[in-house]
Amino acid sequence: MYSQKVMDLFKCPHNMGEIKDADGIGKVGNPVCGDLMEVYIKVGKNKEGKEILTDIKVKTFGCVAAIATSSIITDMAKGKTLEEAKKISKGDIAKELGGLPPIKMHCSVLSSEGLLKAIENYEMKKRKK
Amino acid sequence: MDVYLDNAASTKVDDEVIKAMQPFFSDKFGNASSLHQYGNEAKEALEESRALIAKKLNAEPREIIFTSGGTESNNFALKGVAFANKDRGRHIITSKIEHDCVISSCKWLEKQGFTVTYLPVDKYGRVSPDDVAGAIRKDTIITSVMHANNEIGTIEPIEEIAKICREKNVYFHTDACQSLTKVPLDAKKFDLVTINSHKIHGPKGVGALYIKNGTKIDALMHGGGHEFNMRSGTENVAGIVGFAKAASQMKEEHINHMANLRDRMIDGVLNRISDVQLNGPRDKRLCNNANIAFHYIEGESIMTYLDMDGIAVSTGSACSSKSLEPSHVLLAIGLKHEIAHGSLRISFSKYNTKEEVNYTLDKLEESVKKLREISPLTR
Repeated sequence: MYSQKVMDLFKCPHNMGEIKDADGIGKVGNPVCGDLMEVYIKVGKNKEGKEILTDIKVKTFGCVAAIATSSIITDMAKGKTLEEAKKISKGDIAKELGGLPPIKMHCSVLSSEGLLKAIENYEMKKRKK
Repeated sequence: MDVYLDNAASTKVDDEVIKAMQPFFSDKFGNASSLHQYGNEAKEALEESRALIAKKLNAEPREIIFTSGGTESNNFALKGVAFANKDRGRHIITSKIEHDCVISSCKWLEKQGFTVTYLPVDKYGRVSPDDVAGAIRKDTIITSVMHANNEIGTIEPIEEIAKICREKNVYFHTDACQSLTKVPLDAKKFDLVTINSHKIHGPKGVGALYIKNGTKIDALMHGGGHEFNMRSGTENVAGIVGFAKAASQMKEEHINHMANLRDRMIDGVLNRISDVQLNGPRDKRLCNNANIAFHYIEGESIMTYLDMDGIAVSTGSACSSKSLEPSHVLLAIGLKHEIAHGSLRISFSKYNTKEEVNYTLDKLEESVKKLREISPLTR
């Protein structure tokens, strides 16, 4: 049912946990529907002075696909500029995982939305300062 | 270690059953309807098997109709009785925790102009006989309540319910797929009983419907008039022989053995892992069923970690089904969605051992810990 990549990431998911002094936090999903994700980000600047994701961690309640998608998005987003990270789509995630069963596509939506929300949370806090 | 703990889904075919079936693929391959010696041989085996199954249920051989399995038998019982008795009424009673094939048959019958009452259950999954009595109307033709639930193992008070139905002249059907050979059943007390083979170490693709003499029912399959004109189609002789062999293999000691493993598993989980709950009752429960909810984590994930360690169980989580809704049975007993999502069904057979249960407990503890570490619900 699942690709090897999904199974590998499910077995040893990357960047799981939370960041205590996170710059942005994104919470998506609902335990009632069977999946819930919390994405934590740290933001810094690259050599060109653009804001990038220096660290990202995630906590997930959910199925195999939910855990694998939340793990892969941390790998895909780390080091990217905020603008680049915002553009990571559910299709990109599924492709990177070597495909997902159609019924599980909503899991990849969830992780891209989680990341987006974390970035928006950071930007909102920055505006308020 | 490979551990198979999904025996409520299907079971390993017993070696003796395979041995009994073998000749009916090779030497005795005849059609039981043929009049030559090949046919006679097949016919003889068919009738011997029918007599064996009938005896097991305390029924007459003529009351046993072989089918392709539990789904067909349940469809046959409900649709067959509904259509044959529609002049008398169009109301059907069942419960919210029946197998999908009963619920889906009822939903289909609703589209054909029948009315169905789906009775609720209590927190242990028990249907109340009083509720059945209260739901019976003048136009009620049949009530269908399962003998034992396939997910949470609740044994239903079907004798009481059947008695109420009989007094009111309403047919009573029970789906006994999970309970066959595990819980005593006297078919004489019921009008229709569904049984099948592959849950009791028999082959897949064979089951039966007990139909009490005199029950008004239409056939689903029309054709050459097999099975007393109730189910046309060349009989699956090898399968039926295997079914009868399997039904006569189960011994009292197997039931005790499974009940011991079940209790060892339930007690082990409750003692070793925090924030868990047993779904379904502690007593009046199938000897081979355990169903446990693990809070803060999701069932498919636990199941998959166990699978990586060679352990096969199943889950009531939505994420492993086609619908994304968690099990209708777990919701019917009042579980919150997130608790239902974290439920596992562990079901035993005579082949399981104490060592397998110990190994599973160890791996379960590890998997739950690992998943709780990454869950945002763990606080």
